[in-house]
Formats: sequence, structure tokens, C-alpha cells
Amino acid sequence: MSDTHANTPLIELQGVTKVYGRGAAAMQALRGVDLRIDAGEFVAVMGPSGSGKSTCLNILGCLDTPTAGTYRFGGVEVGGLSRNQRAELRRHYLGFVFQGFNLLNRTTALENVELPLLYRGIHLAERHRLAREALTAVGLAEWATHTPGELSGGQQQRVAIARAIVTAPDVLFADEPTGNLDSARSREIMELLTRFNRERGLTIVMVTHEADMAAFASRSVRFVDGRVAADTRSTEAA
Amino acid sequence: MVWNALLLALREIRRNVLRSCLTILGIVIGVAAVIVMVTLGGGDTAQVTAKIASLGTNLLMVRPGQRMGFGQMSTAAQFDLADAEAVEREIRSVLAISPASTAPTTAVFGNRNWSTSVTGIDNRYFGVRNWTLASGREFTDSELRAGSSVCIVGATVRKELFGAQDPLDNKLRLEKLSCTVIGLLQAKGQSTMGSDQDDLVLMPLRAFQRRIAGNQDIGLIQVSVRDGASTEQVKQDIEDLLRTRRHIAPSEDDDFQVLDMKEITQMLAGTTQVLTALLGAVAAVSLLVGGIGIMNIMLVSVTERTREIGIRLAIGALEREVLMQFLVEAVVLASFGGLTGIVLALAASVVLADLMSIPFVFNPGIVVLAFLFSAIVGVVFGFFPARTAARLDPIEALRHE
Repeated sequence: MSDTHANTPLIELQGVTKVYGRGAAAMQALRGVDLRIDAGEFVAVMGPSGSGKSTCLNILGCLDTPTAGTYRFGGVEVGGLSRNQRAELRRHYLGFVFQGFNLLNRTTALENVELPLLYRGIHLAERHRLAREALTAVGLAEWATHTPGELSGGQQQRVAIARAIVTAPDVLFADEPTGNLDSARSREIMELLTRFNRERGLTIVMVTHEADMAAFASRSVRFVDGRVAADTRSTEAA
Repeated sequence: MVWNALLLALREIRRNVLRSCLTILGIVIGVAAVIVMVTLGGGDTAQVTAKIASLGTNLLMVRPGQRMGFGQMSTAAQFDLADAEAVEREIRSVLAISPASTAPTTAVFGNRNWSTSVTGIDNRYFGVRNWTLASGREFTDSELRAGSSVCIVGATVRKELFGAQDPLDNKLRLEKLSCTVIGLLQAKGQSTMGSDQDDLVLMPLRAFQRRIAGNQDIGLIQVSVRDGASTEQVKQDIEDLLRTRRHIAPSEDDDFQVLDMKEITQMLAGTTQVLTALLGAVAAVSLLVGGIGIMNIMLVSVTERTREIGIRLAIGALEREVLMQFLVEAVVLASFGGLTGIVLALAASVVLADLMSIPFVFNPGIVVLAFLFSAIVGVVFGFFPARTAARLDPIEALRHE
């Protein structure tokens, strides 16, 4: 593998381990993970409960740091960054979608979408414009003034996606994004993500345990017992 | 960043109106207590100062007898006119003296009567007491020499006996003595001790001594000291002079008293200060309790909003941004408490000042101070909960139910 800039992968894990707790109670969640994800990929991370896929996503999303091994994001060693530096990284390059939607209650869809822009210090008028654009992109332009309580689960997840993409991040991390939705809504969400991946070249890393959903991705990484057990590229999606 | 935090804080407070109101109650009470107390204290002091100034701060009052305790005076020989003249003659820095003697009496006019006091004086009294006539005239020299049956009445006596009628040239009866009203004193109102200064009748000293008292006694020598002279020194000189004249042995205590208006002022001011300090302590405790209340509610708020904090942190909020958000919320809460307290206190002060018939003295210093203090309480007691929020682990916070 050459080390030239053009070939620097967006995401690169090398021998990453993660241990929770100490001594006899120590729990090894990751046991040496090597993973490389390039810009523009749509990766589904699969595996049974406790296989380490969520831990891995937390590390990839810079919410957590590896116990050992290296994680480079765009060539930057994340393990050496402070909490605040990782927050800056998330703010500028990463978007998140969660299983439980995690929108702010009692706050309108538009304001939810504006939230990451607020932390980027973008002016009110520009915030409104970008947030409306993002809501339009997920098909919720008419629901801008509604609060999460007034929206269906599928709509809430679409607001969450709008919030994740409003900053035009490099990577979107999705943790079981369809876990709380019925199959029709799940399909809508996956189609939306696929569209963003294809049209905007948005890199997506999605944890799921549903094979149906993983089928939308161009690549499937399977975790078992804290290790990557399989890494397959789908010819159909690619 | 602060502006956004401010908007967020206002929104959060509006969502929990009742809880926010209860939270700030401690601060409201604390701030209101401080301001009411300082405002009323200031009004009272201003009033006392004004009254003492009207009496003349360079005034000494010399009375026979010593104060034995609350309201009790020991009996001792009265002064006579010679004592008064000696004070004026022999002590430097004395501007003027006014000998006087007083007795309780009942004044009668027509079918009305009024229990008051009659004081024998000469015209120096008006200068020393800084008192002028509302109408009529002072005594003439011949009236003073002859001890004529003429009198000058205070505003209260006039009101009680004459009503709306002009008292001048009417005859009123004091015991068996009938005397003509030649003057009316300007109203002075209550004294610092709360007695009515206008409830009196003045007559020539000689007339008083002969016809009312039946002796040559002087019950009170009022001494005004020259501007710039030390009243302490004059007081000391008077004491020395009178001890000699009254043949008091060095081992004996004075059997008379020289009261200094400055001392009285200081005494009154001292009482106010003690009261102020005491109430200030109560207010401080109230603010402390209010602060703890704010801390408590902010901690509850952080726990309730753990998920929200998790979302914010995951999205890329910095620790200090989350800290700022909660800190600003605490400060805004506390400042609201302060503002409410200020408004309540000013309203209460106006009403109370009116009820207590003291002037309302607005003190901008204490209002600003109280507001700043409430904001500081917000910072101090909001910091711990805010830091707790800022240090949450985003992963844990997002899992929080």
C-alpha cells in the first residue's frame, strides 16, 4: 500500500482493541480489528449482539477511543486527540443517525436540523436556508414547524437524517437506523440513504442486524467476537 | 455562543414556568429583603438626620439630674438663671444660650381644654432651637422684664383649642392664669424620639416662674456652640463649670446631664446599623438557600436532559459550550429571581415608607449590588451542575432513558 495522499483511506483501523473495565472484570469488546473504508462507500456492519459492532461504530464515530491500535480518520490519528478535538472532528466531518432517532423533544423539526449548524457558528438566515434544504431533501419541507411528538417514527428518522446531512459531512454513521421502524418505513429510510450515497457520494457506515437492510449497502462487514469475520462487496449494489 | 445559550435558557425556563418560579423564590426573598431593609433604613436615617439638623447639630442640652435608667431621672437641685448666665459668660465657643423651664398644664379656651406643657423662655429660645413663627410676634423686652401674661402656641395646641379660628389676640387660660396669644409657631412635627414637638405653649420665663412654677428654677439650659468649635470641648467646659458652681466633690458623680445632639445622632445611627447588619445576615442566608435551590433544580434538569446533552455532544458540542448552556440557564434563573426581588422590594418599600411615614429614598447602589449578587449566586451554584452536564460521556448519555 503506497502512502501517497491520494491513496490515504478515509477511515483506517489497524489492530484496534477495546477493553472495558479492569482486571478480572475486564471485558474485551474488540480483539484486533483491521478495517479500511474509502470515501463513497456504503458499508453495512453486521453481527450478533456483543460482537463489538456498536463499539466499533463508537470508535469510528470518534465518540470513543481504542484501547490499543490506531484509528486514522482522513490520515489523522484519532487516538491522540482530546475530547474537545474529537468533538470538533464530529462537528465538521461526521453525521450521526441513531436507532432511537434522538431528536430534541419540544423542538421543531427545523430547529433540530439547525442544531449542528448552531455549533458551527453559522448565522441564523443561513441556518434556516440550509436546514430547509436538508428537510426538503428528506421530503419533509412541509413538516418543518412540527415537533417530534407530532411526527411518525419514519418521519422522525428522516428529520434525524436531515440533521446528519445538513452540514455536508464526510461520513454518516447510522446505528440501527431502522431498528424502531416497520418494514415499509425501513425501506423508505434505506432508499433515502442509498440515494444520498449515490447522488452525493456520501460515505455511510451503518450498523444493522437485519440482512434485508444490509442488502442496500455496497459492502458488508461481519463482526464475530470482536473480530472482523467476513468482508464482502455486493456486486449488485456496487 | 452566549446569545444562543441565552435563547436556549429562556426557552427552557418557559417550559418549566412553575418549577422555575419556585426555584427562584429563595433569591426573590433574599434580594427583596436586602433592598427593602436598606431602602427603609436609608429613609429612616435621612429623616433622623434631617430632624437633628433642624434641631441644630451644634446644640447641647443641659438638664439637672442624671439618667438612672429607662426614662428615670434622679432628682437633683434645679439650675437658676445665674447658672445659665455663667455658662454663656464663662465658656468660650458658646454662641448663645437659652434658659427654659417647663411644667405640664391644661390649656383652656372657651369650652375646650387640652393637656399640654407650658415653657418659660426668652427670645433667645427661637434662635437656639432654630424655630420661627408662622404668624404673630416674639415677646417684647418689656413683656419679658415684666413677666406679662402673653403666650405663643405650638401648632398642635392651636389645632386642639382654636380649630380653624385664628388664635392671635385670643385669651387662653393656663391653670388660673389668663394670657393673650401673640404668636403661632411654625409646625415642626414629631421629634426623633417620637414626641410631638408642636404640643407646647411658650411664655416669658419670668411670667412662668412667678405665676406657674412659683420658683426661680431653670429646668433646661440649651446651648448652641459656634460653628467649627468642638462640642466635646464645650461639653467638658460646661461640666467643669457646673460642678464647681454646684459644689460637687471630685469623688461624686455629676448631678446634671449635658446631652450632645451629635451623640444622639450617632446613637440612632448605631441602632440602624445593627439592624441593617442583622437583616443583611438574614438576607445572605436566604440567598445561600436560594442558591442551593437553584443548584438542586439544575442538577435535576441535567439528569432529565441527559439524552439531550448526549445528542449535543455527539453532534459536536464542545464541553465548554454545554457548560455555558447550563451555566447561562442558572444565571438567567437567578437573575430573574433578582429582578423579581427588586421589583417587589421597590413596590413594598414605597408602601411601607408611606405607612411608616418616612421618606422613600431610592438607593440605586443596592439595587445594582443585589442584582449582581443574584447573578453571582447563579454562577456559583450553577457551575457544579453545568460541569456535570459538560463532562457526561456522550455514549452513556445517549443510552440514558
